[in-house]
Amino acid sequence: MDVLYFAWVRERIGLPKETVATEAETVADLVAELRAREERYDLAFSDLSALRVAVDQELTDFEASIKGAREVAFFPPMTGG
Amino acid sequence: MRIVVQGTPFDFGTEAEAFASGRHDMGAIVTFTGVVRDFGNGSLDAMEIEHYPGMTQKALEAIAEEARSRWSLGDVLVIHRYGRMEPGEKIMMVATAAPHRKDAFEAAEYLMDYLKSRAPFWKKEHATTGETGWVAAKDEDEDALSRW
Repeated sequence: MDVLYFAWVRERIGLPKETVATEAETVADLVAELRAREERYDLAFSDLSALRVAVDQELTDFEASIKGAREVAFFPPMTGG
Repeated sequence: MRIVVQGTPFDFGTEAEAFASGRHDMGAIVTFTGVVRDFGNGSLDAMEIEHYPGMTQKALEAIAEEARSRWSLGDVLVIHRYGRMEPGEKIMMVATAAPHRKDAFEAAEYLMDYLKSRAPFWKKEHATTGETGWVAAKDEDEDALSRW
């Protein structure tokens, strides 16, 4: 699936998008896999309360299923308007 | 209903006039526009707005649809820019048309509250010193959603 990062999450991880092969069942499982990869991921995901997630472009939470999802995006709380 | 996400500037006067014209059954038109604000001492060079291209349009449409289901509205317009903007430039606007002003005002406030916290935009400030910083979401913006 495609994993996207925005704003400071993108800057900390160092890329806007990557394709990830995963068996993770939930967003939280995916986060655990990413954190285990490298320190920059571990740091970016160290405080989940500072992050929001969208699965297939719908806002959801970290317990959400990602089975069959095409796209998961991580970003800080939004600041539109 | 018209929802526009664009990188280029928009003309607020032209958009507001076009939105307000030719309606014979709408007694109230409310418009709001958000402007890049300097810190008050000339230290802001620019505001940069990032967004989530695939999701932004859909999120704004969903927010506008929800407003239409809650208030008696004839029409809704949302224009939101992304990219780099200097102080004084208009970031976004919303307009609502309704038979009565209460619906137009409340729906415009609802749209603003939701698109501040639920539309995938992120603001980054560029200071004249060269420093940059992401604008943090405010608790009061999140709290504002609870009144609806």
